[in-house]
Amino acid sequence: MPQAPRRHFHDDLDTLQERLVEMAGIVERVVRQASQAALERDPTAAETIKDADDRVDELEIEIDERVVELLALQQPMASDLRQIITTNKISNDLERMGDHAVNISSAANRMASMPPLPEIRELAEMSEIVQEMVSDALAAYVSRNAALARMVCITDDKVDDLRRSMYRILVTHMLEDPTRLGGALELLLISQNLERIADLATNVSEDVVFLVEGRTIKHGLGALGPDS
Amino acid sequence: MANVYDIDLNGSEPALEASDVSVYYGAKQAVQLVSLVVPTKQVVALIGPSGCGKSTLLRCFNRMNDLVAEARVEGRVDFRGQDLYAEGIDPVEVRRRIGMVFQKPNPFPKSIYDNVAFGPKINGFRGNLDELVEESLRQAALWDEVSDRLNDSAYALSGGQQQRLCIARTLAVKPEIVLMDEPASALDPIATQRIEELIYELKKEYTIVIVTHNMQQAARISDFTAFLYMGELIEYGPTETIFTNPREERTEAYVTGRFG
Repeated sequence: MPQAPRRHFHDDLDTLQERLVEMAGIVERVVRQASQAALERDPTAAETIKDADDRVDELEIEIDERVVELLALQQPMASDLRQIITTNKISNDLERMGDHAVNISSAANRMASMPPLPEIRELAEMSEIVQEMVSDALAAYVSRNAALARMVCITDDKVDDLRRSMYRILVTHMLEDPTRLGGALELLLISQNLERIADLATNVSEDVVFLVEGRTIKHGLGALGPDS
Repeated sequence: MANVYDIDLNGSEPALEASDVSVYYGAKQAVQLVSLVVPTKQVVALIGPSGCGKSTLLRCFNRMNDLVAEARVEGRVDFRGQDLYAEGIDPVEVRRRIGMVFQKPNPFPKSIYDNVAFGPKINGFRGNLDELVEESLRQAALWDEVSDRLNDSAYALSGGQQQRLCIARTLAVKPEIVLMDEPASALDPIATQRIEELIYELKKEYTIVIVTHNMQQAARISDFTAFLYMGELIEYGPTETIFTNPREERTEAYVTGRFG
């Protein structure tokens, strides 16, 4: 048989995945750029990140449309169905991550003109972990690696702890020296945005487990082990 | 009232243009003032409940209704700027250029080779017949399965293979348009899928109009969908629109399974 069954449908699925991978690449990059801008108080990154985020928004809309078309016209089943549903959800999560990166770079831009705060080690650590979580979640998606996805979910607890530490440290700075108030509030905002990015990377990872295994692990369901 | 839908033809030229087509069987009007444009090298699906006139409309597109006793066609069907129903038009030549594949595979009681070669022979084909048979069988995605037994009876083939043979037979006379009347409804799901993939390949070279009672099949394979109900064209547009956001309430009700 020269024609593989339903080849054109599977070509369409491949295109859908290509769009998501393009979106993921951009989001991974802007999260990294925004984190660096926050650490270096770099005011210039904001504009570049905003432009990249516009492309992310376009891709989200294109993916939404492709998903509706595939669901309506192709009656996908089993792993094909799971792929389409997870693509839709991951694309929403990526779009939100892009927005958080924009927020972070805007805060970095505002901070540049404020009196500097002493270096906060937790911020560097947090941004490094968050970037790694985003990269791992996306790598887990591309390589359909449920074990890697589960690791990302576990890492999220570390980010939550770091955000709480940041909160305490920043409140202390604000109490000690009111001139640091503006800068501290921006950093608080940055830490919240980083934490949200980590949550979204966790969502993506949970979706990857669903895609690969057809099992739901979010909200503590099915715990994190593959055999639980 | 005739329904005329201005559709974006995906950049193609019109292959067929029906204007105010009505068909009567005796006193009964089976198709009422239907107007639609079939774009070149696209797949158009005609859908609707049983008895809605979709097969009758399809048969207008190559004057097959001439062969139905009591059938009378009014209106115009233009093919390359020529009304197919104008005086002096040879219906046999019309059917060569606008071929048809039927619901039930209907191979001739001849060999696989002769089934494909039959049409070109009676049309006085003077080229290399072996090559034409091979090319047609390849286009119909059947060559690999029959190349070593071309002299076997066509009846030795499975239902799905027989249907692809009938498609090869239609293609052998080099039509521009292929009409298909529920071509997969007598086939099992795997054979159906092969026919659907084949249609997807064929539209690179041919314009296809397909009648199907299987709405999901229309969704999967067509570029444009026409919904007919009680002889009327209710809505015609891009398949994606018809199945995701139709304009007419009756189309919405039909595609969501609320009537029909």
